[in-house]
Amino acid sequence: MKLTLRIWRQKDRDARGRMVAYDVDGLSADMSFLEVLDVLNEQLTTAGDEPVAFDHDCREGICGACGMVINGVAHGPQKLTTACQLHMRHFKDGDTIDVEPWRARAFPVVKDLVVDRSAFDRIIQAGGYISAPTGSAPDAHATPVPKVDADAAFEAAACIGCGACVAACPNGSAMLFTAAKVAHLGTLPQGQPERPSRATSMLAAHDEAGFGGCTNTGECTAVCPKGIPLTVIGSLNHDVLGAAVRGR
Amino acid sequence: MTTNPGEFVLGEPIADTAAPDGPLAERWTRRRSTGRLVNPANRRRLDVIVVGSGLAGGSAAATLGELGYRVRCYCYQDSPRRAHSIAAQGGINAAKNYRNDGDSVERLFHDTIKGGDFRSRESNVYRLAEVSVEIIDQCVAQGVPFAREYGGLLDTRSFGGAQVSRTFYARGQTGQQLLLGAYQALERQVNAGTVTMHTRHEMLDLIVVDGRARGIVVRDLETGAVTVDLADAVVLASGGYGNVFHLSTNAKGCNVTASWRAHRRGALFANPAFTQIHPTCIPVSGDHQSKLTLMSESLRNDGRVWVPAEAGDTRAPGDIPEDERDYFLERRYPAYGNLVPRDIASRATKAVCDDGRGVGPGGRGVYLDFADALERLGRATVEARYGNLFEMYERITGDDPYQTPMRIYPAVHYTMGGLWVDYDLRSTIPGLFVIGEANFSDHGANRLGASALMQGLADGYFVLPNTIGAYLADGPFPKLTPKHPDVVEARTAVTDQVRRLLTIDGDRSVDSFHRELGRIMWEYCGMERTDAGLRKAIELIRSLREEFWARVKVPGTGAELNQSLERAGRVADFFELAELMCVDALHRTESCGGHFRAESQTPDGEALRDDEHFSYVAAWEHATPPVLHKEELAFEYETPSQRSYS
Repeated sequence: MKLTLRIWRQKDRDARGRMVAYDVDGLSADMSFLEVLDVLNEQLTTAGDEPVAFDHDCREGICGACGMVINGVAHGPQKLTTACQLHMRHFKDGDTIDVEPWRARAFPVVKDLVVDRSAFDRIIQAGGYISAPTGSAPDAHATPVPKVDADAAFEAAACIGCGACVAACPNGSAMLFTAAKVAHLGTLPQGQPERPSRATSMLAAHDEAGFGGCTNTGECTAVCPKGIPLTVIGSLNHDVLGAAVRGR
Repeated sequence: MTTNPGEFVLGEPIADTAAPDGPLAERWTRRRSTGRLVNPANRRRLDVIVVGSGLAGGSAAATLGELGYRVRCYCYQDSPRRAHSIAAQGGINAAKNYRNDGDSVERLFHDTIKGGDFRSRESNVYRLAEVSVEIIDQCVAQGVPFAREYGGLLDTRSFGGAQVSRTFYARGQTGQQLLLGAYQALERQVNAGTVTMHTRHEMLDLIVVDGRARGIVVRDLETGAVTVDLADAVVLASGGYGNVFHLSTNAKGCNVTASWRAHRRGALFANPAFTQIHPTCIPVSGDHQSKLTLMSESLRNDGRVWVPAEAGDTRAPGDIPEDERDYFLERRYPAYGNLVPRDIASRATKAVCDDGRGVGPGGRGVYLDFADALERLGRATVEARYGNLFEMYERITGDDPYQTPMRIYPAVHYTMGGLWVDYDLRSTIPGLFVIGEANFSDHGANRLGASALMQGLADGYFVLPNTIGAYLADGPFPKLTPKHPDVVEARTAVTDQVRRLLTIDGDRSVDSFHRELGRIMWEYCGMERTDAGLRKAIELIRSLREEFWARVKVPGTGAELNQSLERAGRVADFFELAELMCVDALHRTESCGGHFRAESQTPDGEALRDDEHFSYVAAWEHATPPVLHKEELAFEYETPSQRSYS
């Protein structure tokens, strides 16, 4: 299989970037999208050119490191799939594929397809946790958690922090990411004491990082590789409103 | 100086592991209640560096921060949440006995010692089993969404090598949920100002001054700046070295560099040959393969492993009648069936494939079949238990496991070996502590499923924070400046290596070398090892390494984000490690756990241990030739026996 890849090349944070086309041949349908980039990079390296920089690590769709806009869609055409798990059987021989980094004000491009997502860590620092210092825990069975709540918490907690939601949002909003954590912790009994302050603090950190507001377009959930539902944003609104009413 | 392949020198034995004596069950309590402490005001004046942010490093950094130490944590990824612990699927063991099925700390201790084929330390393993109970409590308090039953209590399942149900899980993403718990605790401390997080930084050397570990040399992966960080203690939590095989279930970035640099600075490296080959991974699909994907061991709870009874049977799996199938694990090991430990399942799989009965391209695969489970439990239940794993399998292979059996084959997964540590997790360099997969302790020659998460969190949350105080009570140590000659020497060594890699300007990519090294290791130091094969491997590694330093091509410069350069440094260290692994595998002429020497097997083809000659930990000192220090293993509570799972 043969492809033309048009890839965003940008030397560093301050440089101007541009799309550059490369032909890659000898590909197989069983390859992952990142393995195609590996082949291209091998080709570039032996030719004495600089390989394309891209973040990746586990290559099994769970670490959240990889992320790129493939033909205009964050993580590419297959639903519920990260770029590393996207396989070439979903493309046709001779295709031209555009590959770009996440584009959002709060995610500056570092190099080529690599962006700076440290703003996500800052949102978690603002309150995306339950304060339970090591050693302070009661027996795990002290508080039963209804299965439906545990399952709902898990569903929200499945977020991998890849940033596709931000890349897809016309406002560059990270509301799905932020709300997923608020919903995960706020659904569990252990998360109740800090629930009102958590939502407001995380939201403040979200805004401060330069992410935009949510206008319910739903693009985020459409590209989310873990299928985080849009309803988590409702939980966030509920908690923020609740905190405002209580004056916290 | 060159040496003959496999040559080594016998050094002084290791006399003291610092484990308390007295009754096994009281040792950890005694250590905690009698160890020296640092008062809270003094902790604020003590600097601790943690390298790595996975389950061990993340939980250690968070807990040390909570205690009030000044912590700086480093990871090579763009966020601590990406550490490879996140990919662990199946679960975490704990001796809670919530099932009332006869579990206890003693039983988990026994299973772990036996599973490790009697090559681990009783004191450490008992403590691990003891602490396991607290881990579950801690994680639940943090909001880890473990699977629950309708009554609201925690669900458990069974894992290989155990006859009780003690594995807690969060669907097939237990590692992710536990890591996010540790990550959130870590970020909470960042917010509190006790921990400073340095992402996209890689440790490239250890700084040792006056015999103590006093800091690290790091490279900022975005700017290329090489700097030093000085502290009172250094904790390595940098994971395992499975990527020496190139293809493994590890993340692409996993590497041995931090551990290897510490080893070169004097830390002993223990049992490097003890690597775990996981039986259930998706088979290799072609030369382009960049990594292998694990299918959780939990699948063996309900999946049945089989191959055609006759070699050369190319019928589709559905066309092969029941009586022409060989459920070889159930046949050979009726007591444990499909749930035998990993090393045993892997070797049995290799044996049927060597027999010509493997399935799929190249005959390197066996079926993992859910037809019975689907009939017995219904699709909804199977989907609830394994849905995400089935989807993952389909995404990668294009086959639907609800319709056709999965194909699986063993792959490198975990490394039991690592830097030698004593009971207090201290390496042989004072001030250097090693936790999680990076150390060698607890798992002996084979790790049981769902025990890696347990060990990482035990070390990070509970053990290290309780043992590091005894060392730090002597601190703060004399203030150092970056101008100290030992600091300058370490930093210069790093910048010199970076420059050297960039100036070779050869014609072969780093990856092509890594791939070739991996093939050598898999062929000769993988599931089956022989004297001749290992000697050959050492020669091949040496000549490839020489070629690497003459022909490697690293494009770009050192003053920018340069992923080829990062990989070049890691592969350079893998070459050195690879040779030591072969030396270790060669000297240990017995078979045990994941280390199978073809020369040492029972008539049934099972691993044959040699307790008379090899009941020790092999701790290697960096030298040419390497120096072997033996730590004899004493079994006071368990009686080493030939493992039997049949």
